[in-house]
Amino acid sequence: MTLLEVEDLKVSFNTPDGVVQAVRGVSYHIEAGQTLGIVGESGSGKSVSTQTIMGLTKGAQISGRALFEGQDLLTASPEQMRAIRGAKIGMVFQDPLSSLHPYYTVGWQIIEMIRLHDEISKDQAVKRAVELLRLVGIPQPDRRVNDYPHQFSGGMRQRAMIAMAMALNPALLIADEPTTALDVTVQAQVLRVIRRMQEVFGTAVILITHDLGVIADVADEVLVMYGGKVMERADRRTLFFASHHPYTEGLLQSMPAYGGERGRLHPIAGQPPSLLAPPPGCPFAPRCVYVMDRCRQEEPPLDPAGEEPGHLSACWLPHITADREAIRRRVAHVELAKSAGPAGA
Amino acid sequence: MATGHAMETNPAPAADAPDGDDMLLRVENLVKYFPIKGTGWFREKEQVHAVDGVSLSVPRGQTFGVVGETGCGKSTLARCIARLHDVTSGRIVFDGQDITQLSQRRMRPLRREIQMIFQDPIGSLNPRRRVGSIIGDPYAIHGLAAGAERKRLVQELMERVGLNPEHFNRFPAEFSGGQRQRIGVARALAFRPKLIICDEPVSALDVSIQAQVINLLADLQADFGLTYIFIAHDLSVVRHVSNSIAVMYLGKVTEIAPADTLFTLPRHPYSGALLSAVPIPNPDQSDQRQQIILAGDVPSPIAPPSGCRFHPRCPKAAPVCVSEDPPLEPRLGDGPEHVAACHLPMAEGENLADFSPSISAEERVVEVEGSLLPDDAAPDATAIADALPARGEGGKP
Repeated sequence: MTLLEVEDLKVSFNTPDGVVQAVRGVSYHIEAGQTLGIVGESGSGKSVSTQTIMGLTKGAQISGRALFEGQDLLTASPEQMRAIRGAKIGMVFQDPLSSLHPYYTVGWQIIEMIRLHDEISKDQAVKRAVELLRLVGIPQPDRRVNDYPHQFSGGMRQRAMIAMAMALNPALLIADEPTTALDVTVQAQVLRVIRRMQEVFGTAVILITHDLGVIADVADEVLVMYGGKVMERADRRTLFFASHHPYTEGLLQSMPAYGGERGRLHPIAGQPPSLLAPPPGCPFAPRCVYVMDRCRQEEPPLDPAGEEPGHLSACWLPHITADREAIRRRVAHVELAKSAGPAGA
Repeated sequence: MATGHAMETNPAPAADAPDGDDMLLRVENLVKYFPIKGTGWFREKEQVHAVDGVSLSVPRGQTFGVVGETGCGKSTLARCIARLHDVTSGRIVFDGQDITQLSQRRMRPLRREIQMIFQDPIGSLNPRRRVGSIIGDPYAIHGLAAGAERKRLVQELMERVGLNPEHFNRFPAEFSGGQRQRIGVARALAFRPKLIICDEPVSALDVSIQAQVINLLADLQADFGLTYIFIAHDLSVVRHVSNSIAVMYLGKVTEIAPADTLFTLPRHPYSGALLSAVPIPNPDQSDQRQQIILAGDVPSPIAPPSGCRFHPRCPKAAPVCVSEDPPLEPRLGDGPEHVAACHLPMAEGENLADFSPSISAEERVVEVEGSLLPDDAAPDATAIADALPARGEGGKP
């Protein structure tokens, strides 16, 4: 069952420098119980696209549709959105310290959230909050429920945020860089908590991250974003082992291999495009090693690619893997000859 | 920065002559405590044990990685080495000279030889000054070049780190994150230092840009014979750039090993747990490996645990770990280049998940109960059902 369907979402902001086109026609869908990873670099529009769906981008010009359980979230009234936010779609943000109010106890904040949506007694709400904190692995939850956010460590705060987001058993959890501010061992704890909550409640998760390692760990499907657009969509294994889009390839090659050869890294040359005046055609064209004349003029549609069903790529390169590989080898050969010249001297 | 080739031509760190001249920097039993303001007259003075007895040697021309989690003291260690902090006790010997107690004035010529690159390329550049003058600062401070000569030197530096020399008159805000980090690199490079301490130099950058900066640092090392101390929390980056790596936990070095050895054969259980937590960008490897998830959080550095500081969270902890602080020495027949501070080091192929601590619960993490969702014991589904509404139910009209 499709839980959320986003169609041609466009978001732009008026700034003193001009109109920033943060999201430029993004479409995707997520099934119930699925984990969709959205990966991209700073300014790719990955956060803005989900925040807009939640009605959190005030003052932005928005077009498109976002159907959640048959209702368009983009045209919903503020009252309708309030009933959905928190209750049906939970959110977890990057920085748990600024997401929690320092003046109120953690328990109070969870209870307020529960009682806003459900008519239950305060005692029942407290009981539920304690149960939730226990579920995300907060030790002695009956005592810690009365603690203030500063009495929690970073990892515990993020787990408390997850508890709060799950308090009303939402069908969808949007986690925006939930582990970026955390150490790796704490990150492992938090990711396990998210996975466990998902197993217990059958929640669908949209996980936004810049870390391909996290994606490889938890995502079922992956959306790669760049310059406000979707570049590629594939299941986890296809993305890592048979990606189609040159940007995905560049991202994977930029990373130091885990346990692999320790030679030179292969960064993507140049800088991400300015969203004030994005280049016509494919946004990745200025940095792409496979660039053709057509890429600079015509925008490639997000079409099926490769052999896997559901694999989509917005690129003019041949969609058949064999043809694409031939071009890839030829370009790699030319690149090698180019780089061998000055480096050999 | 070590490519595969550099590893072959350079001798293993500390392998043959630990006291010889091939060590650019030696740190001996370095201690740095920060006092905390007491809140009452009779209150005992408390101290944060940020760095608590660290000894290590950095060979010339190599990259020495330091990894550890927030609060392990890695940045404080870096700042002590650069003499940005005065040390509480211990010795820092740079290029054969004891610099621990040098006055600011006598330290000055040495500052040209020890430089730092910081994490935050925005916070470490003055937004109201032009880039040319920021990079030219070292020359101005040390009174070495002025006017057109300084400008020429600065533009050379800019070109060397991959910035357009014509952007001399721009402000930091006009550069992207990666370019700003290049400005920081150019500034550190001005005097051709012997040692550059890189404190999380690529952590704030996107992956594709991060790779550009790592390659730049590698090129500069090859060209100028630089020695790096490379501090980062991203273990795959540290492994990529380092010859040898020190792992820190709560102010102490728990293990030092050649980069690849640390990843293939960690001795200290903390290293093992840390490495198992690193997300692997490869679905197959990611599915196969078994993660060791540590219970609880890092204890407070104000009153660190007795004995081995990792014992409250260690799956292998035994009574000896509580009573005795293990020395940093080769374990299980390792060579002198691989040292670990552990009474019960991990053997090859050992799985940490098979162990359980043989110490009493009070000596373990105080809040161990419930601080981790055990893998096999799924949460009680009926309790949850009692506590939570079914989806779609509830809700105020």
